[in-house]
Amino acid sequence: MGLELYLDLLSQPCRAVYIFAKRNGIPFELRPVELRKGQHLSDAFAQVNPLRSVAILLYLNRKYKVPDHWYPQDLQACARVDEYLAWQHTTLRRNCLRALWHKVMFPVFLGEPVSPEMLAATLAELDATLQLLEDKFLQNKAFLTGPHISLADLIAITELMHPVGAGCQVFEGRPKLAAWRQRVEAAVGEDLFQEAHEVILKAKDSPPADPIIKQKLMPRVLAMIQ
Amino acid sequence: MGLELYLDLLSQPCRAVYIFAKKNGIPFELRPVEIFKGQLVSKDFSQINSLCKVPALKDGDFILSESTAILIYLSCKYPTADHWYPSNLQARARIHEYLGWHADCIRGTFGVPFWTQVLAPLIGVHLPEEKVQRNRAAMDRALQQLEDKFLRDQAFLTGQHVTLADLMALEELIQPVAVGFDLFEGRPKLAAWRERLEAFLGTDLCQEARGLILNILEQAANKKIPDPAPEVYPYMLLRISRIP
Repeated sequence: MGLELYLDLLSQPCRAVYIFAKRNGIPFELRPVELRKGQHLSDAFAQVNPLRSVAILLYLNRKYKVPDHWYPQDLQACARVDEYLAWQHTTLRRNCLRALWHKVMFPVFLGEPVSPEMLAATLAELDATLQLLEDKFLQNKAFLTGPHISLADLIAITELMHPVGAGCQVFEGRPKLAAWRQRVEAAVGEDLFQEAHEVILKAKDSPPADPIIKQKLMPRVLAMIQ
Repeated sequence: MGLELYLDLLSQPCRAVYIFAKKNGIPFELRPVEIFKGQLVSKDFSQINSLCKVPALKDGDFILSESTAILIYLSCKYPTADHWYPSNLQARARIHEYLGWHADCIRGTFGVPFWTQVLAPLIGVHLPEEKVQRNRAAMDRALQQLEDKFLRDQAFLTGQHVTLADLMALEELIQPVAVGFDLFEGRPKLAAWRERLEAFLGTDLCQEARGLILNILEQAANKKIPDPAPEVYPYMLLRISRIP
C-alpha cells in the first residue's frame, strides 16, 4: 500500500497538504474524511490525525524531493519558513478558524446563534492579524518568506480561504495581500487551487448537523476554537 | 558580534532555547529581556524584533523569532548531536508531529497557573475558580495524552533519544510546578521521563535556567516582584481574557 492521505478539504491544513501533494505530482490515495459527520471521532480513524499538517508537509517535502523553494536547504531561508509556520498557529490559523465558525458554521451547521458582539470581536481580531501578516511577513516581498513560494504561503493561503468561504472580505481593501494571493494561485495552478477550495467555498451551504453528531462535535469544536 | 539570544527566563520557550544552547556549548551573548518591565514593547527591542516577542535570535543581521524556528536553526547551524533533530525523515516527522500537538494542547494551557497565581494578581485581577478548575482539567487531559499518545513505552517523547520535543515539553510542565502545582505527582511514568531528561541535561543546567521561575512564589510572597510597567497592561489583560 502506497501513500494514503486522510483529508477533509473543509479543513485548512488538509487543503495545504492536498495542494502540495498534487502540485508536486506525489502519488497518493485520497482517503476522504468528513469531519462534519464526526468521522474523525471513530476509533479506526483515531490512529491517523490529519491535523498535524506541518509534520506531513515537511515529511512529503523531503521524501519526494520536491523543488527547493518549498522548504529551502539554505539555513536562513528555511528558518524564515519555520518562523512563519510557528507564528501562524496561534494567530492566523486561530483567527481564520474562529471567523468561519462564528460567521457560518455555528449558526448554519450547528444551529447555534452567535452574538453580533462576538462576531464583531472575532472579525476585528482577524483584521489585526491580517495587518501583521502584511507588515511583518509579506512586506514588499513577492511571497511571505522571500522571492519564491514556500510552505509558508501554502499554509497561509489555505487559512485565508477559510474566512473567504465564510463570506468575509479578506482581500478587499488590501491590495498588497490580494496581489500576493494572485501570485500564490498562479504558482500553485488555478485549476488545482479551485479544486482544493470547492468544499470550503460551499461551507455556507452546509446542511444542519444531525443532533447526535452535533452533540459529539460540540465539545471538540469549542476546544478547537478557543 | 556573535550570536545573541534575547530571552526572559520566566518564559518557558526561552528556557528551552537557553538550555539547548548551553547543553550544546553554543557560544552566545545572553541579552536578558524582562517582559513585565515593558522591555518587549520598548523602541530598542522592537528594532531587534519587530514582532516584539521573546525568544529572539540575532545572528549578525539575521533576526529570528519563534522558539521552534530558533531551536531548529541552532541545531542545524552548530555541531549538535543528531538526536536533537535527527536527519532521519521519520524521526524528524515525529518531532514535528509532537510540536503541532504541543502548540494546541500544551502551549497556552500550562502557563495558566503562573498567570493565575502570580501575574494576574499583580494587576489586581483574580481569576474565577471556574477557570482555574477548567484549566486543571485541560492540563490533566493533556498530560494523559502526553503519556498515552507520545511517551507510551519509550524513553522519550518521540523515541529512545532526547529531542527538541522533550525540551519544549519539559519547560512547559515546569511552569505550574514552579507555582506549587506538582503535576508529576501520581504520574510515575511522566516523573520517570522527567528524571531521565534532567539527568541527561544536567541538574546544574536545569537549576541555572530555572533560577528565576523557581523563586517566583517566594518573591511574590515577599512582595518583591516589581509592578508591571503600564505599557504591558494591555498585553496582560488580553492574555488573561484568553484564559478559557
